[in-house]
Formats: sequence, structure tokens, C-alpha cells
Amino acid sequence: MFAYIIRRLLFAVPILIGVNFITFTLFFMVNTPDDMARAQLGAKQTTPEMIQSWKVDHGYDKPLFFNGQASGLESIQQTLFVQESLKLFTFDFGQSDSGRQITADIQERMWPSLAIALPTFIIGLVTNIALALLIVLFRGSTLDTVTMMVAVAIMSISGLFYIIAAQVLFSKTWHWVPISGYAEGWEGVKFLILPVLIGIFAGIGAGMRWYRSIFLEEMNKDYVRTARAKGLSDIKVLFGHVLHNGMLPILTGVVVVIPTLFMGSLIMESFFGIPGLGSYTIDAINAQDFGIVKAMVFLGSVLYIIGLILTDISYTMFDPRVKLS
Amino acid sequence: MSFVFLWTDIMVWLLVLVLIGAVRSIRQSKQSRKQWTQIFQSPVAMASAIILSFYLVFALLDSIHFEFTQNSSISAQASTIEGQVKTATNIEQGGVLSVLDLIFSHLKENTERTYSAPFATHEHSTSISYDEDGNVSQQYLPLKFGGQHLKENTKVFDDFMVKSSIPFLFSFFILAIIAFIHSWFNFKKYAIKTLDGLYEYLPIPEPHMPWKTVYFTLFILFFAVSWFYYLSQYYHVLGTDKVGQDVLYQSIKSIRTGVLIGLLTTLVMLPLALILGISAGYFKGWVDDVIQYLYTTLNSIPGVLLIAAGVLVMQVIIGNNPDWFSSTEERADLRLLFLIFILGLTSWTGLCRLLRAETLKISQVEYVAAAKTVGVGPFKIIKNHIMPNLMHLILIALVLDFSGLVLAEAVLSYVGVGVDPTTASWGNMINQARLEMAREPMVWWSLFSAFTFMFTLVLAANLFSDRVQVVLDPRRAK
Repeated sequence: MFAYIIRRLLFAVPILIGVNFITFTLFFMVNTPDDMARAQLGAKQTTPEMIQSWKVDHGYDKPLFFNGQASGLESIQQTLFVQESLKLFTFDFGQSDSGRQITADIQERMWPSLAIALPTFIIGLVTNIALALLIVLFRGSTLDTVTMMVAVAIMSISGLFYIIAAQVLFSKTWHWVPISGYAEGWEGVKFLILPVLIGIFAGIGAGMRWYRSIFLEEMNKDYVRTARAKGLSDIKVLFGHVLHNGMLPILTGVVVVIPTLFMGSLIMESFFGIPGLGSYTIDAINAQDFGIVKAMVFLGSVLYIIGLILTDISYTMFDPRVKLS
Repeated sequence: MSFVFLWTDIMVWLLVLVLIGAVRSIRQSKQSRKQWTQIFQSPVAMASAIILSFYLVFALLDSIHFEFTQNSSISAQASTIEGQVKTATNIEQGGVLSVLDLIFSHLKENTERTYSAPFATHEHSTSISYDEDGNVSQQYLPLKFGGQHLKENTKVFDDFMVKSSIPFLFSFFILAIIAFIHSWFNFKKYAIKTLDGLYEYLPIPEPHMPWKTVYFTLFILFFAVSWFYYLSQYYHVLGTDKVGQDVLYQSIKSIRTGVLIGLLTTLVMLPLALILGISAGYFKGWVDDVIQYLYTTLNSIPGVLLIAAGVLVMQVIIGNNPDWFSSTEERADLRLLFLIFILGLTSWTGLCRLLRAETLKISQVEYVAAAKTVGVGPFKIIKNHIMPNLMHLILIALVLDFSGLVLAEAVLSYVGVGVDPTTASWGNMINQARLEMAREPMVWWSLFSAFTFMFTLVLAANLFSDRVQVVLDPRRAK
């Protein structure tokens, strides 16, 4: 298994190079280093020398993909693309265009993001699976039909509606929780409770339907009939057999997401004023700060690939038939 | 008057052609005809399909654009209908208009000064006014247009009830005509003359369509449309926004944006997913490796960031090429087109992976191996043996994607990478109205309208796609 993980990690390298290539091409189409220098130095009179020195300071003075002045391997090595990519691979994200240390920023802003994403994810997962099991217990009844209709309705409402409606009701009208903001430690709970609850509720519709269909598919299998024929009760079959066997398809969808929880939620964080990575990203997009966007894209891709590897490993834990090779 | 062909107009009519072609090929194949009858036999799916087609009609009406160059007969007509000279003069000023703009021209023209609530006769907030003696007072100023037909001492509610009855009767009338035509067809088809000169119905063959649901849905929709149309001649039915624009008009104009993003994105992504997915699964080897690398790479970039990057690039390209378009409508349209392309380019990976896996499976089957041994070329095998087995996957993916894309538009507009701010869209409406919730008393109608229009569309799409999935997915068909 160790060899398998090493190989998967090596496969990740060309993918990450591809990711970097895409972000580079897209962003330097928008923003040449000269534009960035001019934007950062301000609208005051900027001389070509000032721009040149800014570019040297920030390492933007090399050509993009091919250095015509150097020879041999150097002509590819001495380029912005290779230099910047190498730095990214050592997780050295450098400075943002406004002069802040991106790595330090990310480390600091990761925790508020996790403080929202992790509870939302765990409580949401448990609620969805529990509700789905309950519905499968009552499959084919009116309760099943009605719940599924409600689930479709929940799914069809824009997430923005839940946020706005909850803010108006709970914060503005009833003053139960503050409308936005963030604090460290236990103080922060009152800020986090609303976004977490909204996140869970908005996910219930799609989640419940998905888990229900997984469990229903399991219910049609032969081993369930055997178990029932042996005299096991519906509940025992459901919790003893179906839940365990349903884990495999559930893992496919769930484990990939876990590492990307670090990235935070763009919408939630900016609506509730939480200084996490999501709002960091939005600010960077609006300010066209290439350094940060590049770092976030790279980080996101790394986390996604880790998620894929984790998924494979989790298979071996739940299904002894799966062998990694 | 001359017709203007915006890029998205051309694409949407192209899509209509594709849809007509799809319907024809469904009618020709016995099996798919049976499947589609099965889909529409479900009352929920039927009602959803009718709602979706109403949205589509609005989007199509809004996709025929023309430009008024000089005083034309239609603007003169519009002025006699409205009894207002103002309408005519404004239309004469030119600008690109759609058929929908003409139908709802009274909404476009009758703007107020600022916020007003639905069915209000006065403005939402007080403003300072001076009377003849120079006394300063805080007053709710009367609206320029909304409710100004009311005589003194008539209540809005009484007028509302009276005015609502007219569209109610009207939609009954329309429905009666439809029912008459329907029964006439049934009569022609199934009635026979018996020996004693009377007519008798043959048993109408299975499958029965849920006609009750059809008539009920049609009645609701006809009533809703005619009610909005008729009452909007006298009131701002859904209120007005900050600069006094009618909210109903904005919501209706947003239908086109939402429907187009949902439909055209699939038109962009489908060829990519099809070609790449099938070739990866069929040719295997290095083709498979390259395509897998391509979609894993694209997939690993967080979606919003990729879209945001694409949109930023687009903004710069549009900014650098001001000569590509001659009017603001064309610029907004170009932006919508680019957004659709960007969404298409970022969303083909899921379907591609699905098609690849399925093609891998199908190309192992005996009949494909037999075709290969006989010497049938790869393209013929793909066309005759593989494609028909993928159709259900493609259809299910397309209907599933639609609702997600409509919802995504709102979120993207909020992040600031959505459609042009001048384009009417639910996302833009929500984005602009979001801050007004802090106002006291609350301005809720913009948000309410945007969310309701969006919810109806997405709900119908979700319910319809559920049914499509149940019928077409062979794993589920039991």
C-alpha cells in the first residue's frame, strides 16, 4: 500500500504542473507583470525604472515560458513559470501583490474556515444519513413521498435565500445571534452557529435523497432478502447490513470533500464576515491579486488529489475485496 | 425597424432546431416514444414540463430582438393601446428591444422615483415636501403611475378584487377553447356513428395522459400570466426598486438569462464530453491517458476559482476590444455568451468521466467484438453500437445540470463573476436587493420576486429530471 501511495503522489506532479499552467496562462492574459507593477505602485507617475525594479523585487522580471537569452535547459528553467512553480511545490507561496506573506495568511485564516466547515460537514453527514435511514424504514409510505417532496423543495431554493432569510429572522428581527463577525475560541460560537445551521439545512435536501437512493439500492440485493428470511427485523437489517454495505458508495462522494474543507466556503464566509480562506479568495478575485489566487488554486488542487488518494485508502478499510496495487 | 441578431439569440434558436430534431427522432423510434409517453404519464412530470415550456416561451419571446430606427407603425400602435404618447416617444429613441419588451412596454416605461411596495399608491419612504405656505413636512409622496387610476375613496383591495376577476374569467375562456378543440379531436378520432344515428365513443386506448393535471396547470399558468399582465397596467404588482424600475419587469426579463445559462451551457459542454469521453473509452491507450489527465487537471481546480479566472480574462478581452460591439446590449450579450462558454468548458468533466466508464463497459460486449471482427470501422461502431447505449446517460446528465446552472448564476453574480451588471438576471436582482434588507421598514419584494421566479423554474426542472431519471435509467427501471 505504501508503494501505491508513493506512485499516486508521483502521478500528482504532472497534474499540478498542468494546474499551474492553466492558472498562469489565464492570469498573464489578464495581467501582464507591467500592469501589476503599475497597479501596485499606484496611479502616481510611474517611470519604467520603477516598474522594472518592482518586477525584479517580486520576481516578475523573467519571461513567461521560454527564456530566449539563456541556452539549453536554462532557457526553460530561467522563466517565471518554472521558478514560481518550483516555489509552489515547496509550499512557499511567497508574497501577495500587496506585500503580505501568503503562507502566514493561509495558516492564520485556515482555522476560522475549519470552524465553519468541519461542524457543517460532520453534523450534516450524520443528520443526512440518519434521516435517510429513517425514510428507508418507511419506504413506500406517504411519509416517504412527502419527505421526498420536501427534499426536492429544499434543493430547489437558492442557498442565498437561506442565508438572507436566516439573517433577517434570527439576527435582525429576533436578535438571537449577531449578524456577522468572528471571535476566537468559545466566544466565536455565537457567530458560527447560524452559518453552520444554514449549511446543514441547505444540504439536507440533496444529501437525504442521495443517501436514500444508495440505501434503497442495497435493500434490493439478495443478502437483504436472505437476512429477512432468516427472521431479522427491518431495523437490524438496516443498521447491521445495509448501513455497512452502503458505506462504499458513500465514501466515494464524502472522502474527497474532507481535505477541501480547509478551503472554506466563499459565500458563507463573505456573508457572515468570517475571516477565513473563502473570503480571502473572494477578496483576491476582486482585487485581481494573482499571488493569492495562484496559491489558493494550487492548494485546492493538492487537497483534491489528497482526497482522491484518501478515498482509495478508505475503500480498503471498508471492503476487504479491494486491494490497492 | 430592423431585426438584430445577438449571439445568444442565434444560439438559442439553434438549440430550438436541435430540440425539434430530437423530438422527431424520438417519435420515429418506437422504444423511445414509449419511454417518453411513460415520462409524461406522471402528473408531476407533466405539470413540470408545462411550467418549463412557459418559461421557455418567455425566453424565446425575449430572444427576438429588433431595433427601431424611425417612427414605425408598431410604436404608433403601442401608443394607442396604452393611450399614452410617452410610450411611443420612448420607443422611437431607438435601442435594441425584444418582443417581450413590446408586450410589457408599459412596465418598462412607467418607472417611479424610488422604492414602492407591491400595489402601493404612495412611495415607500417619506420625503420632505413644502406646501404653499412654505411649511416643511414629511410626506409619503403619491406614485406617478401605480394606482393612480383610483378614484377617491376607493380602496386598493376592492379594486384589486374587481380587477382580478377579469383575468380569472379570461383564463377560463381560453381553457374552454382548448378543451373544445381537444374534445373535437377526440371526437374525430374515437367516435363512431352507431346504427341508430347516434355517436358512441370507442374506448380510448392506453396509455392515458394525465389530462386533469394538464388542464389544472394550464389554468393556473394562464391565470398567473394574464393576472400579472392585466394588473400591471394599473399597479406595480411586485413593487419598484431603488431607481423606480418595475420589479415584475426585471423578473420577467431575467427569465431569458436563467433559461439560457441552463440550456446553452449544456449545448457547449455536450460535444466536448461526448467526443472526449467516447474516444477515451473506445480507443484506450495513450488517448485515454491524455484525456484522463485533462479532466483530472481541470477537475482538481476549485470550480469557482476557475470560473472566476475565466471571467476576469473575458472582462479584459472585452475591455480591450471595444469595436466588437456597437451597443451596450451587444456588450452585455457578448459577456453572457462568454460566461456560457466558460461554464461549459468547466463543467464537461463529470459527464465525460461517466461516458468514458460506460463506453469502456460497452466496448467489451460481444456484439461490439463481433462488429470489430467483421471489419466495421471504429466510427461506425461508435455511431451504431455505442452511442445508442449512452443516450439515457446524456439525457439524464443534461436535465440534472439545468437546475444547478440556474442556481449557480445567482451565486456567481454575488461573487462578482456573473453576467453583466446591466443584464437583467435573478442573481443581479438578489445582489442589488441584498443590502436593502437592512432598511427599516424592510424592502423585501425584489428578493421575494427573484427567489420565487427562480424557485418555480428550478423546482419544475428538478421534478421533471427526477421522472426522466426514473424512466430512462435502466438500473432504476424495475
